[in-house]
Parts: sequence; C-alpha cells; structure tokens
Amino acid sequence: MKFVDEYRDAKAAQQYAKAIAQITTQPWTIMEICGGQTHSIVKFGIDELLPNEITLIHGPGCPVCVTPVELIDRAVAIAALPDVIFCSFGDMLRVPGSQQNLLTVKANGGDVRMVYSPLDALKLAQTHPTQQVVFFAVGFETTAPATAMAVYQAAQQGITNFSLLVSHVLVPPAMTTILASPQNRVQGFLAAGHVCTVMGYTEYEPIAQTYQVPIVVTGFEPLDILQGIYWCVKQLEEGRSEVENQYARSVRRQGNEIAQQLIREVFAIVPRQWRGIGEIPQSGLGLRETYCEFDAERRFNTDSTPIVESAECISGLILQGIRKPPECAAFSTRCTPEHPLGAPMVSSEGACAAYYRYQINGD
Amino acid sequence: MTIPADFNLSCPIPIQQYPTILLAHGGGGKLMHQLIEQMFLPTFGTCNGIQHDAATLTLSGQRMAFTTDSYVVQPLFFPGGDIGSLAVNGTVNDLAMAGARPLYLSVGFILEEGLPMETLWRVVRSMQQAAEAAKVQIVTGDTKVVDRGKGDGMFINTAGIGVVEHAQLIAPQSVRAGDGVLLNGDLGRHGIAVMSAREGLAFETTIASDSAPLSDLVLELLAARIEIHCLRDLTRGGLASALNEIALAARVTIAIDETQIPVCEEVQGACEILGLDPLYVANEGRLVVFVHQSDVEKTLEIMREHQKRYQKVSDLEQNFIAQSAIETQACIIGNVTEQTSRGIVTLKSKIGMNRLIDLLSGEQLPRIC
Repeated sequence: MKFVDEYRDAKAAQQYAKAIAQITTQPWTIMEICGGQTHSIVKFGIDELLPNEITLIHGPGCPVCVTPVELIDRAVAIAALPDVIFCSFGDMLRVPGSQQNLLTVKANGGDVRMVYSPLDALKLAQTHPTQQVVFFAVGFETTAPATAMAVYQAAQQGITNFSLLVSHVLVPPAMTTILASPQNRVQGFLAAGHVCTVMGYTEYEPIAQTYQVPIVVTGFEPLDILQGIYWCVKQLEEGRSEVENQYARSVRRQGNEIAQQLIREVFAIVPRQWRGIGEIPQSGLGLRETYCEFDAERRFNTDSTPIVESAECISGLILQGIRKPPECAAFSTRCTPEHPLGAPMVSSEGACAAYYRYQINGD
Repeated sequence: MTIPADFNLSCPIPIQQYPTILLAHGGGGKLMHQLIEQMFLPTFGTCNGIQHDAATLTLSGQRMAFTTDSYVVQPLFFPGGDIGSLAVNGTVNDLAMAGARPLYLSVGFILEEGLPMETLWRVVRSMQQAAEAAKVQIVTGDTKVVDRGKGDGMFINTAGIGVVEHAQLIAPQSVRAGDGVLLNGDLGRHGIAVMSAREGLAFETTIASDSAPLSDLVLELLAARIEIHCLRDLTRGGLASALNEIALAARVTIAIDETQIPVCEEVQGACEILGLDPLYVANEGRLVVFVHQSDVEKTLEIMREHQKRYQKVSDLEQNFIAQSAIETQACIIGNVTEQTSRGIVTLKSKIGMNRLIDLLSGEQLPRIC
C-alpha cells in the first residue's frame, strides 16, 4: 500500500539499525512521547533492532492512560443518567474507573456509543433533540481541533442538547515535567508527529534549549521511528540539542494554523490532573467562559468522590519513563488486559498493554 | 435425573469478576473462552473430548458432524452479503471444518414485531440461494416473534449436519511440528464491510464481505487425499484468534510470516485509519489449513485452482463475490515449529523481527488517534 509499505521495508530498516549502531559510542536513553509510537516499536520489534547502548523509554503520550480516574468516574456517572447518550472514542470504553468502566454502564442499560469523531456526536444531538448528548473529549493536541469544531458548530447552530466532558491535555508541559524531575533519565525525545502536525514545533525549541535535549519530531512507521532515533543519537553524539523534523511529509514548523486558531477560539489553557502523575500546571485545555454552556461538568451535577487508585499500579512511573512495564510486580500477574489495575494496560497505546500483547508471553 | 457427584450450584466464573454478561463474552476472545472453559464445558462436557467448530458423532456406524450458530449481525444487509447468506455459509463452514460434507440445515428465526415483510422475504431468498450454492437443504425450522424493541429486527439460528466420508481426524489434536499452514485469501473484508455499513464510515471504495461457503474446497482437498491435520474458518477474532486457539489446543508453536499474509489495500487503509490490526478482523469466507509438510505444495496448487474456478463462476453470477475474490491468492503463511507445553503463535513482522500474537480480551476498539 502506497505511503505505508515503503516505510515498513525490512532491508531499509536493517540499514538504519546498522547506521545507528555505527554512530553510537555510549549509552543513550531516548523517550518516544506518543503511545502510537510505542505501539509501533513493540509491534514491529524495532527495539530489538537497536544496539544495546540505546534504551527507549515510553512516554506519557497515551490519552487514555493519562485521563484521571475522577474524570472516568464522572463519565460513568453521566453515562448512567436516563436520557443521556454518552459518546466516546472506542478505546476509552474499557478504561477502568474506580468502580466501573463505560462498557459496564452499557451492559447495565446506559446508552453509551462509540463514535469516530466529535462531529458524529454533534449529529446525534441534532437527530435526538429530546436527549442530552455528551461527548467525552480526551486526547492531546491531535484530537483537540475536532472537538473545538464540534463545540464551535454547536454554538453557531444553537444546539442546546450537546455538551462535552473535556480532558484534553498538552504535550510540552508533560515533557517539561519529566525533564525537571530529579529522577529523569531522558536524554533525547522523539516528539509526537501528529501532535506537531497540528501545533508545529516552535514550542519545543525553548525546551530543547533550556534542558539541552535533542528533540526530533517523528512519525509512526518503523522507518520513521528508526530515522528519528538515528537523528536523535546523532545529535547526542555531536553534543547538539536542536529540534529537528523527521516527519516533514506531514509537519510544518508553524503547524496547522487554522486548527490552532480554532483551538484558541474554544479552549483556554488550564491546569490538568494526569493519571498517575498528578497535577501539571498549564497542561490542559478547558472550555473558555464563552463556551461554558457546553461543559458537561456544569450541566450535570455528579458528585466526585475521592478516588482510591490501586496501590500496586505504578502507572505514574511508567508514564514518566522511570520504570518499564515488566518491572512492575503486578505486570501480567494481577494486572492483565482482562483485569487492568491501571490504564496503561487497557489502551492499545498503553505501554503495559503493548508489552503484554507483543512480548510478555514469549518470556 | 441423575446429578453428577461434583455438581455445584455456585457460578464457576467468580461473580466479582463479571457479575453481568458483557459484549466481549461473545467476541471470540479471552472472555468468551473463559465462559466456555469455566461454565459450558464443565457443565455440558464434550462427546469425545474434542472441541472444534462442529461435533463429530457416530450414528449407526456413520460418522456425522453436527453444529449450530446464531447470527445477530447489524445491519441485516451489508456489501457482499446479508444475515441470511451469512447464517447458511457460517454453519456450512463449521461443518466443513470438521471435514464433513454438509447436507441439511435447520433455521430458527427470531423476528421483531414490526419487521417489514419485504425484509424477511429478501433474507429468506438469500438463504435459499446460499443453500443452493453450498449444496445443502434447509429442511426444518422455527419462527418466534418478540415485542418491538426487543429483537433488533431479526436474529437467525441455524444448525447443520453433515457426513464425514473419510477416516482422518481433522482437529487441533492432529497438528504436528512441521505441518504447513495455508490461508485461502486476503484478510479482513467481512469485518470492515460490516463495520463501515454499521458505523456509516465512508471509504473511497466499497469493501464487500468475503462471505462464502468453504465446503467445496475442503471436499476437493479430501478427494485429493491431502493429509489434513486441522481446518479452521476465520470468523470473529480473525486469523490471530484462530491460530491461537489451535496452538493452545494442540500445544504447539505456530510461526507465521506477516509479509506472506495478504490484506487488500482497501482493508489495510481502513485498518490504518481506525487503528485496527487486520489479523484480528473478522472474515466469513477464509480458512487456515494445517497439512502434513509433504502435502504443502499440492495443497497450495489445489487451493489456487479452486479459486480460479470459483472466481469464474462468481464473475458470471454475482459481481460482488467476484470483487471480493479479486487479488486473493491462496498462500503458505507459515508452519508449526515445535511441540511446547503451551500454545504460542509468533509472527515475523514486516521488518523481520519476531513477536507474539495473543488472543484479544474482547473486540478490537478503534484508537483515539
């Protein structure tokens, strides 16, 4: 298939692996930000192609994994209300809240629907005027423009039975948090290609400078990732810390300015809780005051009770790259995709699920 | 009535795990297996200890295969098929997977009050055509009607019997190290066709289901005296689940090569967009064949010849089947490498590295981004 197969070429992958080995003179630790990249790395076995000196650690870029339990509980509570159609992206449905997940709500009679776009949820609101349609708006900068468009259109068209439970998060503040941590091991980043398609990469330039880390904007196919690693290692070996763009077929330095404008129109930057990590200032998007009538948290009065997270789950350490999934005592024993203790075991982008599916059983 | 000594009234699946049935319990993944292993099998047992798509029984000296399947697909009509043709082909294929010649089917309709008569008529005609194509007769049936809102239009159950006219044991237990693993075409058409019809996803081209009877192909292989060790049609859960089930039951390692597995461009594109893995997407006209290593080439030849003939016939008859058969080539996708204490399926990825492919817990859910 064009634009896919070329980037999965075995010979080219071997050549890149060799080239990486040739320029590597000492151990380096590189973090891929995005869960989609983690998935590709484990699915194609890219990590096994790399020299031992290169350690890849898996970043917090899985929207499902970082959405706080409190918010999932709130989603569960709203979804269980009568006359509510609760819409969510597919892989959010299985993520455990403190008691239930959205699929259980569905099994108990709640109207929970999987949608592919927030605009589909808006359409449902138009066709079901007597019901309240709520969209669970999760994701990084990649999904934010579509959410913003749905809100914008709802406002334009005066649709009153549509609202959003918003949990959008931003990549750069998470990177800064990781870099500022005393436990940080990350020496270079592969930035998330699709996030940068929307946002561009100017905001990464000060991070690279301040923390003296190379950042390579990287795609998702095996050759993209290998090239991203090659560029990153090259910078590390040469003592440079710049922002480079490997994913130039999709990303421009300025990003998609129309999408950014839409995000700014609808959302303001707010502090946000990250599951397993805690609150990160200026790390999320919340609805602006002018659009607050679409805020499901205001529309539906659901109690938020304090949350007991599984004491065993070390998802916070996993998401910050401090530990790898197999280093968790519960991994694959008490925590499996059937009985996840934390979100990274649920989402297909979650680091724990990726390890479980592709490696664990092989020992 | 005799009650077995170990009869236990408590639910064998710990209730705190799943107090209610989830959709995933019918998804062909781990939860469904749990239900079968922990509730159905210990309660009902098997007639000869073999779990397969169809039960093989001996009645008055004649080996027979017997199976049943229910169909709840939405929408009722989709590109390349409908609930009726699916209900015939699915049961025919389950019989074929036991190496049987399918003969007779029963059909049970559960209809929802308010279903247009025209819809039922379309389905019934489609079942008749499918039965003719698969050379089976629908000989008995039942009709029930449920209240409006309680039936999703129409559910169909079919059961089927067939005769086993050979002495081979076609079951996971017969799989041996060295066996070749063959696949009769490209993956994922049915799952993507139904999903795009159900979710209203518009792709540039229409992907038609691969729904088709597999009995003729199986009977041809048997007639050519191929030493078939196991057959499995790839339905829910796709190739990955079928191979995992066989690996577990046979306690072997199955090694397959991703570069050998055909996936047509339309399906691959849809999977890329939705974040799905075609190895786990449903099919309704595909099977894997495990044969003795010395029969691999001959099997491949027969499968390809069969395909050519099938394509010609369907070209004349129905355009959509022709479309679904285009570009599909039977192929060797791997082999059984060793006996192990447990079942493992490994996949050589497109860039040449090995990884495991596991059973999914439930259905695949499209990813966020």
